[in-house]
Amino acid sequence: MENLQYILPEIFISASIMLFLLFGVFKKNSANLIYNLATISLVILLALIINLSSFNKIYLFNSSYLIDNLSNYMKIILVGSGIFVMLTGSRYIQVINLNKIEYPILILSSILGMMIMISSNDLIVFYMGLELQSLALYVLASFNRDNLLSTESGLKYFVLSALSSGLLLYGCSLIYGFSESTNFDQILINSTEFNYGTTFGIVFILVGLAFKISAVPFHMWAPDVYQGSPTSVTLFFAILPKIAALSVFIKFLYTPFANMNDQWQTIIVFISIASMIFGAVAAIGQKNLKRLIAYSSISHMGYALAGLATVSNQGIQSSITYISIYLVMNLAFFSCLFMLKRNDKYYENIEDLSGLSKKHPILSFSLLIVLFSLAGIPPLAGFFAKFYVFLAVIEQSMYFLAIVGLLATVVAAFYYLRIIKIIYFDPEKEEFETSHNLGLKITLAISTIFILAYFIYPRSITEIVSKITMI
Amino acid sequence: MNFPILSSLILLPTIGALFILFTKSSSEKYQSSKYVALFISLANFLLSLYLWYVFDKNTVDFQFVENRVWLSGFINYKVGIDGISILFVILTTFITPICIISVNATITNRLKDFLIAILIMETFMIGVFCSLDLVVFYLFFEAGLIPMFLIIGIWGGERRVYSAFKFFLYTLLGSVLMLVAIISIYWITGTTDVEKLYELGIKAEYQNLLWLAFFSSFAVKTPMWPVHTWLPDAHVEAPTVGSVLLAAILLKMAGYGFIRFSLGLFPLASENFTMLVYILSLIAIIYTSLVALMQEDMKKLIAYSSVAHMGFVTLGIFTMTQQGIEGSIFQMISHGLVSAALFLSVGVVYERHHTRLINKYGGLVSIMPRYAIVFMVFTLGALGLPGTSGFIGEFLILMGAFEKNILVAMIASLGVILGAAYMLWLFKRVVFGEIANQELKSMKDLKTFEIITLTALVVPILFFGFYPEPLMNSIEASVENTLNMYNFDLINNLASKD
Repeated sequence: MENLQYILPEIFISASIMLFLLFGVFKKNSANLIYNLATISLVILLALIINLSSFNKIYLFNSSYLIDNLSNYMKIILVGSGIFVMLTGSRYIQVINLNKIEYPILILSSILGMMIMISSNDLIVFYMGLELQSLALYVLASFNRDNLLSTESGLKYFVLSALSSGLLLYGCSLIYGFSESTNFDQILINSTEFNYGTTFGIVFILVGLAFKISAVPFHMWAPDVYQGSPTSVTLFFAILPKIAALSVFIKFLYTPFANMNDQWQTIIVFISIASMIFGAVAAIGQKNLKRLIAYSSISHMGYALAGLATVSNQGIQSSITYISIYLVMNLAFFSCLFMLKRNDKYYENIEDLSGLSKKHPILSFSLLIVLFSLAGIPPLAGFFAKFYVFLAVIEQSMYFLAIVGLLATVVAAFYYLRIIKIIYFDPEKEEFETSHNLGLKITLAISTIFILAYFIYPRSITEIVSKITMI
Repeated sequence: MNFPILSSLILLPTIGALFILFTKSSSEKYQSSKYVALFISLANFLLSLYLWYVFDKNTVDFQFVENRVWLSGFINYKVGIDGISILFVILTTFITPICIISVNATITNRLKDFLIAILIMETFMIGVFCSLDLVVFYLFFEAGLIPMFLIIGIWGGERRVYSAFKFFLYTLLGSVLMLVAIISIYWITGTTDVEKLYELGIKAEYQNLLWLAFFSSFAVKTPMWPVHTWLPDAHVEAPTVGSVLLAAILLKMAGYGFIRFSLGLFPLASENFTMLVYILSLIAIIYTSLVALMQEDMKKLIAYSSVAHMGFVTLGIFTMTQQGIEGSIFQMISHGLVSAALFLSVGVVYERHHTRLINKYGGLVSIMPRYAIVFMVFTLGALGLPGTSGFIGEFLILMGAFEKNILVAMIASLGVILGAAYMLWLFKRVVFGEIANQELKSMKDLKTFEIITLTALVVPILFFGFYPEPLMNSIEASVENTLNMYNFDLINNLASKD
């Protein structure tokens, strides 16, 4: 029982989910209230997690649950971005009539699932967390049920995700069969000898995880789901599951499979290169901003995985830094997207941005900063994210990966520039509304200033991240 | 360490830009913003002059060095200047106020944004010339793309989008390999501090690849044949002020990079690749001069002449002689002044007649006599007539080249003749001859602000043509030091082979 204090955040969030559910059932028209309460509970959750972050390496429940620096940091950025996702989306879901009690509750359950994933130290606990977050995400993707695209995206995501979960589960069973344990540390100890069963298990698990993180060649769902889901859900999709999946990636590769890096390193390098190139090339022809950001996030995941391929602490830290900066850039980008509203209709095509800079100089300046940062142009934060990754990659003399990655940034720069061109060089269109909710404005301001001013104090993230060591 | 004078030099324009951004200017053509920008850039110019005054010309060490912990402790923010970089800093701070004065002639919309872009640009350009750390250098070098992309794209001519994209992607592609090289240097030697790298040296086996990676970036930026094609497009479509910044300062970043990094860090590789640079430079000189002869667009002609002039610069640097390198630096400063002046002169007539085609002009000497005089000075400066600054640079470069390789020098000398041909022909067609059409007659002679800017450029061109001593003094010790280190490394390497 004395262990319970360490999983206080998880207990708290589960209790609030159930409480909100009851509350929502018995009190009519309480959607707004629950939305706000959910946001507040996320803030409390963040405080609880930060409170725990002084503990290093605590094994719980027969060492099936682990709280360490990695899980703490990942949970902090997870819940932190969750708060901003709630803040930015509040007006949006009202306008498009999605303000139902289920929405915040599903988001909270998904976050709970992700927290369990991040802390899991056992295949079964991990799978439980994964399914909890996925189930909530299926519903969220098709939440706008009167919309054809939204239902399509929910169904598509469900079918493909179920398939990948199946593969993952098969991989888990293989691993269990050959290493006689479901515990990560035990698997590491038992799998000193090479055998094909474990290798197959690793491949299946990596496939399942690559699907969750939308890395090539398991990315097919991403563009459709991004486009079809309500924008606030797309924002959620673009950030939170990726944080969780990346930390699980780190966990799997560097705890149970740490001895077999010669088996998985090539796979990660391949996935990484394929994602970087495919994401960059496929985004060129896109007309829808959400679809475009889907491809862009595919290529960003490629860079994050490049850091993991290095088999070094430096590489892991660079990936974590990358995802931290990536989430800020996405928050800023989607905040801009939420501001493209005219007469209660949200616009999401690239052409709608035409000449935006004349009437909305501040909004377009933010977009400019975000897009250049996504393209990785110095001195913006996105450059440093890539810089850390390549620093780690070149340390291991993986020049091919570094050069391909950097050339892919040049290709990617093209489509970001195209948006900037449309914003700044093209003739103007009708004005958008300028009144936005405070949460949205604050999110945009904070994230833009972070991106812009990151170069003044670039140690900010790296110093925290440098505590995370896996090897 | 006293007052951080270099950092303030770098940051002052940005502060000015923020000030302009956050002040609501009245709609009256944003006059007040313009005065703020002018004031800031002039203050920066004076600050840089003061820097030159207190600068110790006799020592070869870097001066005013600032070193701060920056990137997780292993890469520092380090700036400092020596006799070479200070000239480029002054060139930057000198050209920027001229750009700002000439702004309202060409820019009609969104003046405020334009001023901000120019000031931010100034920050990055000064940063490039001051940085003493490879990562800091890369940061400033690349960051300059953003404002320049916007300057070409927003305020440019008809094909501005194409040109802006071409400019951005070409230079980005060249630079990413340099980033790989910089990170590799960090892992090979454990530092990216330029001063420390000079001391440590880089192992011979790595030098060739690293040199090529840096070369890919600098060659695009210089620009050298065959990757020069972005320059004519960018120049033609950019607004006058954009062309001025591009020609006067941006192109010099690469020449400066060659001296500071290619020669300084990879002497053995530089020796290996000398012939490659010679050949590319000669092709640039001869081929682009011929291309320039056939141009019908004034800006394009000057753009191609820039490529040819930069060919002289790269040639001079890789002669590895005192004269050659000094000549190259002098040529860069001189070309910075002359090309800026030429683009401004084209801007003057373009603003009145709205065409850049040469055959639409003619006989301007009788309509705009003052203009004809200053334009003549700039033409002569561009073709390197003795008495203008252009002569000294080319002369020294050719001297250096003759010392190393007579054939190369002879071919390069042809370029001087071709240069005279296209510049004089341009001058003849625009200023002399029949008045091409009646509309030209209504053109007014130079306005006050044009007289100010153009005279400000005439003075140094003639002054340094007759009396190059101040510039030479400043660079002599540093160039000698660079060459000594270079020869020292070569001899060491030979000794270690034996």
